[in-house]
Amino acid sequence: MPTTPVTDAAVVIPMHNEATVIADVLADVHRRFTHVVCVDDGSRDDCAAIARAAGAHVVRHPQNLGQGAALETGIRHALARLDVDYVVTFDADGQHGVDDAADMVELARTSGVQVVLGSRFLGAAEGITGSRRAVLRAAVRFTRSTTGLEVTDAHNGLRVLRRDAADQVRLRLHGMSHASEILSIIASRGFSYAEHPVTISYSDYSMAKGQRSYNALNIIFDLMVNRLRAAA
Amino acid sequence: MIIKILLIAALAAAAVVLVRGRRTALNLLVRRAMMLAAIAAGVVAVLVPDTVTDVAQLVGVGRGTDLVLYLLVVTFLFTTIGLYLRLSEMHDRYVELARRLALHEADEDAHRQDRAELT
Repeated sequence: MPTTPVTDAAVVIPMHNEATVIADVLADVHRRFTHVVCVDDGSRDDCAAIARAAGAHVVRHPQNLGQGAALETGIRHALARLDVDYVVTFDADGQHGVDDAADMVELARTSGVQVVLGSRFLGAAEGITGSRRAVLRAAVRFTRSTTGLEVTDAHNGLRVLRRDAADQVRLRLHGMSHASEILSIIASRGFSYAEHPVTISYSDYSMAKGQRSYNALNIIFDLMVNRLRAAA
Repeated sequence: MIIKILLIAALAAAAVVLVRGRRTALNLLVRRAMMLAAIAAGVVAVLVPDTVTDVAQLVGVGRGTDLVLYLLVVTFLFTTIGLYLRLSEMHDRYVELARRLALHEADEDAHRQDRAELT
């Protein structure tokens, strides 16, 4: 396996009480990436200290502001402080594969697209439950019809954004609606994008940290009000 | 029947405010005028309770109490939407403020610059 470290991309990882897993995740990420930005979103445990000890840049929110806000903070820190061309968004719970992320940066370089989105339905979703699969499929259909994007996965936390695209990401929606918000930004700004198959490993930890399926309805409400207000 | 038109119009207006409510000087003026009108109407209703029933029957509602209830529901809806929009706006500002603080704290160069300016 080629393991040349990626130096032109920063991996942004929002964390919220991830002390039990973050050291392993960061060790894995550092295997392929030089620059890692961890955003501690008001954690009560010491994951910020662990991340700093592991060699990551750490930005600490004074209060819990939500994962979307943490992502934007990490992206802005990476763009302002690090000499990188790409920003990778990565979940702290270890559900993403680091090699997938490195492959996606490589795809962004060779294809020249502004955004590369991970898709578990092009790749593999390990340990996924039937109901979760059904909700995600419905979310894909919803995203396709509302944004016009030809995507096969709607709520995947693994993405690569080129600097010019990352610079325009402003996330306002609370809760977990930011994943859909990023897709609407891609659609409305007309960013060029590609999908890349990724493997998601569902563990008990990631399922417990993850969102409930019924939260999909909250996301739809957020998106509708946001879109109507933007159009008005 | 007049009351039906009035209530539907008020509910539609509430939906419009939810979608495109902006804080403008005109909105503020309307809100203040309504507040003063509500106080004046309250004083009249207390001093001459029969006027409420008269107004109710004028718009097609049987009892004055029912009219007051309808108005209360509509007012509550407008208040809730207004507060929801206000809170969302405050939340956006609060997130940006906290983010600037977090980014500044994480910025070693800024700390060095601060110390240099102090000495």
